[in-house]
Amino acid sequence: MNALTETRAHRPATEGFLEIRGLTVEHPLRGGRKVHAVTDLDLSIAKGETLGLVGESGCGKSSAARAILQLPRPTRGSVRLDGEELTALSGGALRRARRRFQMIFQDPIASLNPRRTVAEIVSAPLEIAGEGDARARRETVEEMLELVGLDPRHAMDRRPHEFSGGQCQRISIARALVLRPDLLVCDEPVSALDVSIQAQILNLLADLKARFGLTMLFISHDLAVVKNVSDRVAVMHLGRLCEEAGAEALYSDPAHPYTRVLLSAAPRPDPDAIPKPLPMAEGEPPSPIDPPSGCRFRTRCPRAQALCAAEVPPVVPRGAGHGVACHFPLD
Amino acid sequence: MADVAAPMPAAVEDRHAEAIAAHRRRRRLGPMFWIPAAWLVVLILAAAAAPWLGLAPPDEIDWMAIQAPPGVENHILGTDVLGRDILSRVLHGARVSLTVGFAAPAIGVGIGLALGLAAGYFRGWVDEVVGILIDAWLAIPGLAVLLLFSAVFGGSLSMVCLSLGLLFIPAAARITRAQTLSYANREFVLAARAMGASDARILLREVLPNIVWPLMAFVMIDIPIAIVVEGALSFLGLSVKAPTPSWGGMIAEGREHIEDSSWISLIPTAVMFVTVLSFNLAGDVIRRRFADTREAAL
Ligand code: SF4
Repeated sequence: MNALTETRAHRPATEGFLEIRGLTVEHPLRGGRKVHAVTDLDLSIAKGETLGLVGESGCGKSSAARAILQLPRPTRGSVRLDGEELTALSGGALRRARRRFQMIFQDPIASLNPRRTVAEIVSAPLEIAGEGDARARRETVEEMLELVGLDPRHAMDRRPHEFSGGQCQRISIARALVLRPDLLVCDEPVSALDVSIQAQILNLLADLKARFGLTMLFISHDLAVVKNVSDRVAVMHLGRLCEEAGAEALYSDPAHPYTRVLLSAAPRPDPDAIPKPLPMAEGEPPSPIDPPSGCRFRTRCPRAQALCAAEVPPVVPRGAGHGVACHFPLD
Repeated sequence: MADVAAPMPAAVEDRHAEAIAAHRRRRRLGPMFWIPAAWLVVLILAAAAAPWLGLAPPDEIDWMAIQAPPGVENHILGTDVLGRDILSRVLHGARVSLTVGFAAPAIGVGIGLALGLAAGYFRGWVDEVVGILIDAWLAIPGLAVLLLFSAVFGGSLSMVCLSLGLLFIPAAARITRAQTLSYANREFVLAARAMGASDARILLREVLPNIVWPLMAFVMIDIPIAIVVEGALSFLGLSVKAPTPSWGGMIAEGREHIEDSSWISLIPTAVMFVTVLSFNLAGDVIRRRFADTREAAL
């Protein structure tokens, strides 16, 4: 158990609804090398809470999401949902457990089968779970479509290409929630959509979350989006956790140099309020095939020192529910 | 792009009306489809109904009309060297040609589909085994196998269908595998897996509906090929046995009389030519339309 565990003392002693411990995802390459997509990630989400997971593209946040959903199973680590170890399930047991955790994908159009009607798409989870007969399923689908703001009479028998991106994402949400899952993982659910539509989809997710008491893992590269929907936010860089805090605390008091960089890059309504941008070394993040030793941010970090190359910074508590993995955090 | 769902604003209604009109326009297939299609429908119906059309049986010898030219009484298309009615023989021969034309591609595509789906979806060792099977199959000279099969098992229609069908497996398997590969990693397949769908369900309900149309286009090419090859086999006497009429057999029987009674060979040749051309023309239109709808869907 690492230091962050102590920072969670303010929460009930029971473990989180979703507990992720030491999650590691590696993709082997030729010649014995491997891509270190996610390394030793610890996360915990309480029931009914939304955790935002942010980072640049390629930082491993999507790999982490898929590993949590066992799509496919992570290389190492533990994923417990409501006390059940998901990595220990296989075959039919895993398929049956899937109704409790669902996912919304980034590309709303690609995530819907072009050759099936909306009614078929949304009722598929019910069929797979063996819920009700055809008529009962159709009624459930109609209700669900109404809940996501689509007119069932208009939508049921059409195919996805007849809908806009935002409408497709509504269909996708209907499909994900039709079995009333406990956990919803949203992987960049609005980044493929027009800005004007993003807010509608985010509001819809917030409504449905309240209605169904969902626990959510919300993944995005966009800090502004994450701040609005999340109770807590975790920042990832090159497969490792950098900082985790309540949404307000993270934005007002970032302690990790990388968090500060991300915040200064995010557009703000009031340009004068930008804290002095932290200079970051130019260039792409290092390759996850051969990540830097010690702190993986050190090649771009303005505060890096010898210790950063020598030792992986542990996650250290900084305040209530605020942890940071940095040898020399900001004040 | 308005995202307001219910009720649809007028602009969206308009867009839909336009899309539907465009769809209808594409729906019109034109004479290049309907004329060949009409020929094929007439031929198929006539072949199916051949025994009940009041024609002379295909093997009945009319001693009064040996080598009669087209137009004589009771024999609209004339008779052959043995005085058998050519129209009756062409229609009965069509049964052989059409059966092979549909059954052989069906067998080949059926087996190729199963192999290609498995290879493209499961990848890994399944893919390798299927790849080796197909390569090995392609390394066997197809025509030699066909001739061997026909020589050994010749005379039975089902053996002709089967041996010809086997020749279509490699291409069907490769097309299916390529299509499956391109769909197996789509997000909607991942979404199905996330719902807890089994592999069988994903293959049948998510992947298959997307590859049926490219495969149909492939079948449309195979049908005329199968008819031509069956024609060649029966010309060589390697298809159905002698009393059963077949187009290739009729052409062969008439070839010695091509100078004095050319119709004996020419009529089955013409019927076969028009039939194969019709399948090709209609197939082209369907393929092109399929390409259009795919573009529209993307
Ligand atoms: S550990 Fe060192 S290199 Fe890493 S973020 Fe902190 S100061 Fe920068």
